[in-house]
Amino acid sequence: MSMKLYSSLTKKYIMSLAGLFLLMFLLVHLTINLLLLFDDSGGLFNVAAHFMGTNPIIQAFQWVLFGGFAIHMLIGVILQIQNWMARPKRYNKRAISEESYFSKFMIHTGIIIFIFLVIHLTDFFVKKIGGVVPEITGGELAGMENMGILVVEKFKNGGYVLFYVTVFLILGFHLDHAFQSAFQSLGLNNNKYTPFIKWLSHFIAIVISIGFITIPVCIYFFK
Amino acid sequence: MTKLDSKIPEGPLAQKWTSYKNKAKLVNPANKKKLDIIVVGTGLAGAGAASSLGELGYNVKNFCYQDSPRRAHSVAAQGGINAAKNYKNDGDSIYRLFYDMIKGGDFRAREANVYRAAEVSNDVIDHFTAMGVPFARDYGGNLDNRSFGGVQVSRTFYAKGQTGQQCLLGTYSSLNRQINKGSVTMFPRREMLDLVLIDGKARGIIVRNLVTGEIERHSAHAVVLASGGYGTVYYLSTLAVNSNASAAWKAHRKGAFFANPSFVQIHPTSIPQLNDYQAKLTLMSESLRNDGRIWTPKEKNDKRHANDIPEEERDYYLERRYPAFGNLVPRDVASRAAKERCDAGYGVGETGLAVNLDFRDAINKQGKKAIEDKYGNLFEMYETITGINPYKEPMRIYPAGHYTMGGLWVDYELMTTIPGLFSIVESNFSDHGANRLGASSLMQASGDGYFIIPYTIGNYLADEIRTPRISTDTLEFDEAENVVKEKIEKLLAIKGTETATSFHKRLGRIMWDYCGMSRNEKGLKKAFDMVKELEKEFWSNLIVPGKGHDLNMELEKAGRVADYFELAELMITDALNRKESCGAHFREESQTPEGEAMRDDKNYMYVAAWESMGKGKLPKLHKEDLVFEEVEVKVRSYK
Amino acid sequence: MKVKLKIWRQENAKAKGSFQTYNFDEVSPEMSFLEMLDAFNTKLITEGKEPVAFDHDCREGICGSCAMYINGHPHGPVSGITTCHLSMRMFKDGETITVEPWRAKAFPVIKDLIIDRTAFDKIQLAGGFISSNVGSAPEAHSMPVIKKNADDAFDAAICIGCGACVAACKNASAMLFVSAKVSQFALLPQGKVEAKERVQKMVAKMDDLGFGNCTNTYACEAECPKEISVTNIARMNREFLCAKVS
Repeated sequence: MSMKLYSSLTKKYIMSLAGLFLLMFLLVHLTINLLLLFDDSGGLFNVAAHFMGTNPIIQAFQWVLFGGFAIHMLIGVILQIQNWMARPKRYNKRAISEESYFSKFMIHTGIIIFIFLVIHLTDFFVKKIGGVVPEITGGELAGMENMGILVVEKFKNGGYVLFYVTVFLILGFHLDHAFQSAFQSLGLNNNKYTPFIKWLSHFIAIVISIGFITIPVCIYFFK
Repeated sequence: MTKLDSKIPEGPLAQKWTSYKNKAKLVNPANKKKLDIIVVGTGLAGAGAASSLGELGYNVKNFCYQDSPRRAHSVAAQGGINAAKNYKNDGDSIYRLFYDMIKGGDFRAREANVYRAAEVSNDVIDHFTAMGVPFARDYGGNLDNRSFGGVQVSRTFYAKGQTGQQCLLGTYSSLNRQINKGSVTMFPRREMLDLVLIDGKARGIIVRNLVTGEIERHSAHAVVLASGGYGTVYYLSTLAVNSNASAAWKAHRKGAFFANPSFVQIHPTSIPQLNDYQAKLTLMSESLRNDGRIWTPKEKNDKRHANDIPEEERDYYLERRYPAFGNLVPRDVASRAAKERCDAGYGVGETGLAVNLDFRDAINKQGKKAIEDKYGNLFEMYETITGINPYKEPMRIYPAGHYTMGGLWVDYELMTTIPGLFSIVESNFSDHGANRLGASSLMQASGDGYFIIPYTIGNYLADEIRTPRISTDTLEFDEAENVVKEKIEKLLAIKGTETATSFHKRLGRIMWDYCGMSRNEKGLKKAFDMVKELEKEFWSNLIVPGKGHDLNMELEKAGRVADYFELAELMITDALNRKESCGAHFREESQTPEGEAMRDDKNYMYVAAWESMGKGKLPKLHKEDLVFEEVEVKVRSYK
Repeated sequence: MKVKLKIWRQENAKAKGSFQTYNFDEVSPEMSFLEMLDAFNTKLITEGKEPVAFDHDCREGICGSCAMYINGHPHGPVSGITTCHLSMRMFKDGETITVEPWRAKAFPVIKDLIIDRTAFDKIQLAGGFISSNVGSAPEAHSMPVIKKNADDAFDAAICIGCGACVAACKNASAMLFVSAKVSQFALLPQGKVEAKERVQKMVAKMDDLGFGNCTNTYACEAECPKEISVTNIARMNREFLCAKVS
């Protein structure tokens, strides 16, 4: 895709729509993950994981999701390169005047999230596809992959938990700017609703970040 | 002997412009493309003229010294723009607007021109509105207007305190539209350094490219000067720091008569000078006088804090002297009264050169909120600059050089005494007589640029359609370019020790002291010698760093100051010649026992148009007698 | 008071340029920043050195000429004002003041602190106008405008075109500038006729000139001397989207 192919604003629309779409995915993912905490046996989680892994609609949708990621990342990188090119000579002394502090680091937080995504996919998704996940033996769910066990095993490793926690804090920072920013990019800024959207943005960032972090922390300390 | 033909059309005053338009010669659209017009300046008038002439199909070249046409100093006009719309149903009419201007100008303006300015004012408002200028509106969605500068009707349209900016940006947008279409070519960062005449007609200009220092030639069938006034002759003024008179002055030297150069308006409400390094005086809108009360202590040299001076020890001198108009007397009257108080030792502040403008009573009466709504941004600006909060203590104000009513002499068609050289708005002398009323400069600027010059220039160019495109490769251009280059070399070669700014300051001081708000014969004569002396010193002790073929702001300044010396001499000569007091020109020898200005209609009811006889020689006076057919000439009284 | 001036000096557009540090002792807290530079330049000239070139004109905060990046902020550390209104009161005795030109690919340096902002003019002439010929305007009151819209249009129209938004933006984006003009006209009925075309042309020109993209950082709003709101950028985004999909 040529950098000039779309106007700066069109790229922003795609960026924000893709971002909002990925946010929906995060919410679904979080809900399923939280099942691990509410059901000690891990049954609910496994059922959900099995459903997500086998339902044909979800399977088809998976590719849309990958597409969303790809577009979000690609355009993010293009925008960033253009932005760097727009100021070839930097300032010697620069003070802070940005209102939205995390906005300065979207590319950095984005890259970290991308790296995590690669590791995460190798850990779970690839293993699942490759059929190395242990099967559940006995009970109603016999024969399904026991994803729950895999997750719990991972989160017994202190280093992994620390890495996971850090990444999700960073995701929080990313989202904190991203959510409200998407509305601005789409032209949905209004004196009446924008303060609420900004509040919601912080709220979503905290919920997703804390939500994902709670799982490894609970597993590590309490299971 | 006189060469002055003002070309006022026949017929009753109200019909003159219509009858002119009906009879003016037209240029066929196919021929317009072959005609080049140079417009110098991109203010409200210059950009307006360039864009409307471009719209008509002429090939226009527009010049400005700024980096963008949007920065011309029209941008700084705050108060508003007058029009005789009578939206308030308060009895306004074109005639009343015309009459207020004629009276405000102390009967020293040409009736027909002033009437025309009032006549086109309504079209100006319609045009700006159509171009998207965001004038203030009321809740019904209609344009709002206010009373301004002491007139008795509400005819001033405004966009908060930034009317000039909004009008200029509207004009800039129409200019952009023409540049985009290719009918106007824009030349920013160019300064006009000479006018080129071929066979006695204005045919081009010499400009310096301010970035590269290159001297460029540009030719045209007609030249329009919209280069503004010469208020920076005082060094400190409300004008932009780089505003200058060089374009008009060069035209004068080439044969254009300069009319009424001593008529300079001193604005009463500017922030006083705070230090010696100050480069300009910031204007506080005249609208502040609607609610603020002006006073000085009753005791001389009273150094108490303004808030500690009790009511009975305050002298509200404008209310005392002019009970009918009080704080709303015209600008010249208010300025002189302030000077009188300060000269007598009643001034406030460290320098004693300031008076108080107090909002205490207005705040008590209307509440802080109401005052904030009206003047919030001005109060903020005042506090930013001075560090004083006007909600808590009085502002300090002092008069400052503001607008020059004098300028190149033009006839009814706005053409100077050089055929093909037109001069519009502040660079000419025409519409404001000896004093300008508030909110009438934006009005005249847009009227001249959009609605007058397109007709009158056509009348001239209709006879030029057989003239082929003018070559810049002629002896006349060679000569003009050489003169310009020689002057630059000369300025660079002095290599003395004093900067152009320093000379400018010293010149300004002389002019302010002796040819400012009040003048007398002895002082003017003394000033003339002082200016001559200083000019000599300038040419022997100036320092200009850097080179000619480069961006060199000191060189730009030096050239402008050099012209200011010559202009200053002409101003003084004119002030000496006019032994009456009229409008902004106050000759101490001509005043009533109460100290009010006294006109001498018998001897001075004329426009003094000066012909240059060359540098160092006395200019020659030509008189255009002012004939008032419609109005009765009265004593201007605001008591 | 005394200050140490660290100023970007560059002989011309092609020269490399570098920072020079000077001590300047003759500063009065009553001076404005530009008056301090005037005085400093006088000193340089009398010492036989080249003065610092900088753009300035009206010196009352309205022409938009002055453009200096002072101590990390466009127009200096005080918000809501231009460089010419910045007072030396705002600086400490002995402080080092770093002065740089606006930095953006679209605003190349001409000399010292002077930059070329014609890119802004180019965006404006791509469509920043209402095509109304002189003489063709209807009576001003034939088209009432809702007061709120008129006020919002005014609030967008007060842009002085100084370029502080571009200078402040980490991406050197011109969105605030462009959106202010787009908004002014989009809000008024007179401007509606050409609204779709206008926003597309102006955005295309802006992209062409090499300005960066908006990442909704809002430094522009924080540094704009006229405090123009980023809601204008949202309005432009909306206008552009509507123009594209309809």
